[in-house]
Order: sequence, then structure tokens, then C-alpha cells
Amino acid sequence: MRIRVIPVLCLCLAAGIRLANAQTSVQVDASKLEGPRVLAKQTERAAVRDYLQAWKSLSAAMNQNRVDLLDQDFVGIALDKLSATVRDQQRLGIRTAYQDLSHDVHLVFYSPEGLSIQMLDNVEYNVQLIDHDKVLTTQRAHARYVVVLTPSEVRWQVRIFQGDPQ
Amino acid sequence: MVKTAKIFLSGVLFLAVLQSAFADSGEMSLPRTVVAGSAFSVQTAGSGRGALYIVGPGQALRRDVQFGEPLQIAAGVLDNAGHYLAVLVGGSSPETEELDVLPADHPAVLSFLARPSRLPINLHDGISGAVYVYDVYHNLITAPATVSFDLSGASGTAQSRTVQTRNGAAWTQMSSSSKEGIADFVATAGGISSKRIIQQVPGDPCSLHMTAQKAGNEIELATDPLRDCSGNPVPDGTIVTFTESYRGTQTTVDVPLKRGIAQAEVPAYPGATISVATGVVMGNEIRWGER
Repeated sequence: MRIRVIPVLCLCLAAGIRLANAQTSVQVDASKLEGPRVLAKQTERAAVRDYLQAWKSLSAAMNQNRVDLLDQDFVGIALDKLSATVRDQQRLGIRTAYQDLSHDVHLVFYSPEGLSIQMLDNVEYNVQLIDHDKVLTTQRAHARYVVVLTPSEVRWQVRIFQGDPQ
Repeated sequence: MVKTAKIFLSGVLFLAVLQSAFADSGEMSLPRTVVAGSAFSVQTAGSGRGALYIVGPGQALRRDVQFGEPLQIAAGVLDNAGHYLAVLVGGSSPETEELDVLPADHPAVLSFLARPSRLPINLHDGISGAVYVYDVYHNLITAPATVSFDLSGASGTAQSRTVQTRNGAAWTQMSSSSKEGIADFVATAGGISSKRIIQQVPGDPCSLHMTAQKAGNEIELATDPLRDCSGNPVPDGTIVTFTESYRGTQTTVDVPLKRGIAQAEVPAYPGATISVATGVVMGNEIRWGER
């Protein structure tokens, strides 16, 4: 039998919960990289750094419902889709707070011309759903994300950001 | 005492009924995975009204729910692949389930990166192509799909490769042909094609030879038609340099190739030495006769 909690109590508890500001743990593995092009360590570090920064931008954009916060780290399809989600949230009067807790990043493809890096990330994160400033739920989630980054003048930007069943 | 017991029992009974009502309301059942853009339904139990949220980075939805009746999510509504939380509120407590939206399995869009757009002939593995395969909703199709790469042109032998995608990506390398000209580099998956144009240009000239003849006080210099080692004409505009050395001074003339040959005039100094070069290729040398 499912354990039930009285809604008022649940709301009080949920309102008291703040997403912990714990250090995010990150593991990176490039041993299964495909493609004829050698991925320099410096490039690998830059791509992973910019990807992790993209999670911060995603979290801020979804929590504040601000599309502009996505511009620095996302581009193309990923930017279009995430921006649409922010606009959905604005329309519905909801917010979502994402906090990434751990990343297990596997670099899997560096395209021959050097214009894209693909990675798979087994990520653990907290997500909180807030409707008109009322916290409805806080959940811990595990998901695998398929990510493709492409270079801009100064950084790697996320072009594909897609959760994928493992 | 009996009256107090009755009131107490009534209260307990009322709470039990209330608890039972809460317990029956809102319990949901939904598929663990759905294909992007497909219709599906969410079953709920009990009575009363509530709301269902489906949220993820890819999309956010909210639907009013009448408990006890199925909620239909129509085709084309949830179309972004990804990991979602489905949260049902309005019952005794919010209920949360996970939902994965899978990409459709039929390719609809190819993102084709091909490099370079221009390269010399006969370059081994000089052309590369990478493809990302998407469904109609621009979801990356992560299930394996077959991609064929074809390189063909008016001249030269066609090349073809078939590659399985891994995590939505496929790549190949091909060699430029032995003949100059435009080549079509085409990637195809699931009947969808994407084409890039590759210009294959001649390599360096294989040999460089000039002739000289007197024209008044000048010497007219002209090269033979320039060709690479495969016999392809070197493109017009390629710079050819004529150098005349005479009594310790040097005169240099740079001229672009026109219709396959380069021509220039230099002063006719008896005893002058004239050489010709283009890029890293040196041509013959002429010593102008003393009179």
C-alpha cells in the first residue's frame, strides 16, 4: 500500500526544502572516442567545462523563466527547444529548478572536420516543480543525456541536448 | 461516557472515510515510454479534479484532470524526445512518475557536415563527412540507422560507403578523384538525402617549361600549357614568376596563368639569365644570347 502524506504537511515540507548547493561531481572518460581526429586534452577540457557551464545556464533559465540566459551556452536545435520550454513555463505560470549533482561524461565522437563533439552524460540531478511559487514536488532523477557541442568563436556551445533512455 | 465514545467513533469513522477518499483519488498510470509526437493516455483513479504536469528541459505541459477518467494527450503534443517528470496534483499528495519520450525511428532531417569544399585531386582520405540523423521533430535518432555516403562527379570513379549510426552520428572519409571538377557528396538515410558540392582542383604543375623570342628590345616569354601530373590543366589565375638576372641585378615579373599559359616581356639584355617558377615548382632556365 502506498504511503500517503496529508497535502498540507507535504506542502509545508516541500516549501522548506531547498536544493542543496552541494559540489557537483564530474567524471570524464574519452577512452571510447570515435573518429579519425585526435581530441587534444585542452579541447576535451574546454568542451567539458563549457558543457557543465551549460547546465548552470539551463538551471538558471528554467528557474527564472529567462530565455536570454540560454544564449551563451546553447545554439541551434537545443537553443530552440529549451527556449520553447521556458516560454511554455511562462505561459503556464510554472518554474522548474534543476540542480545537477553528478555527471559521468563519456566522449564518444569527434567529427573529422573538428566541428562537433558528441558526449553521453549519465547525470543525476534534482528537479523541483514550482507552480506560482508553490513547490509541488522535488524529485531526484537519473537520466542519460546525448549532447553534441559545436565550436563558436570563444567557446563550445551545446547544439543537441536530449535525454535518452539507457 | 457512551455519548463521548460515540462522538469519538464518529470522528474516527469520518477521518477513515476522508482518508479513503484521498487514497482513491489521483493515482495515475501512464506508459513509461512514448514515441515523440504520438498520442497516449494517462489513467487516474478516484474522483474529483486535479492537474497533470509533464515537465522536462524539452517541454512543459499542464492538463486539468478529472480523476477516474483517462486523460488523452493528443498526437503531436509531446514531441520533444527526452526525460520527463509527470506530476499529478489534486489528490491526497502529489504523485510523480518518470516518462521517457523516444525519437521517432524514421529519419526526416540530416545534418551533414562535409569538408573541405575545395581540395586537390588524388588526396587520400582528403574528404570527410559526418551526419547527424533527426526525426521529423528534430530529435536525434539514437537507435542505429543506416547512412550511405556517395561521392560522384562528371569525371572520376564514384565512391560509396555505408555506415551505421552510433548515438545518432555517422562519419566517413573518401579520397578525391584523379580528375578535376565538381563532385557531389551525398549522404542518405531512410530515403532522405543531403548534398554538398566538393570542388576538386588540379595539383601542382608536374613540369614547367618556357620559350623565349625576341620582339624589338624586349624578350617575349611564354610557358607551355601547365598541367598537373594527372594531365589536368592548372587553373587560370595561378601565379607564374619570371626572373631575369643581368650584371648583378634582378627583374621579377609575376603573371597569372591565362588559358593555361603565362606570358611576360622582359628587357632583352645580351647575356641575361631568365628563369621561371610557380609555387614550389622550378622550370627551365634560358641564357639570352650575346651579340
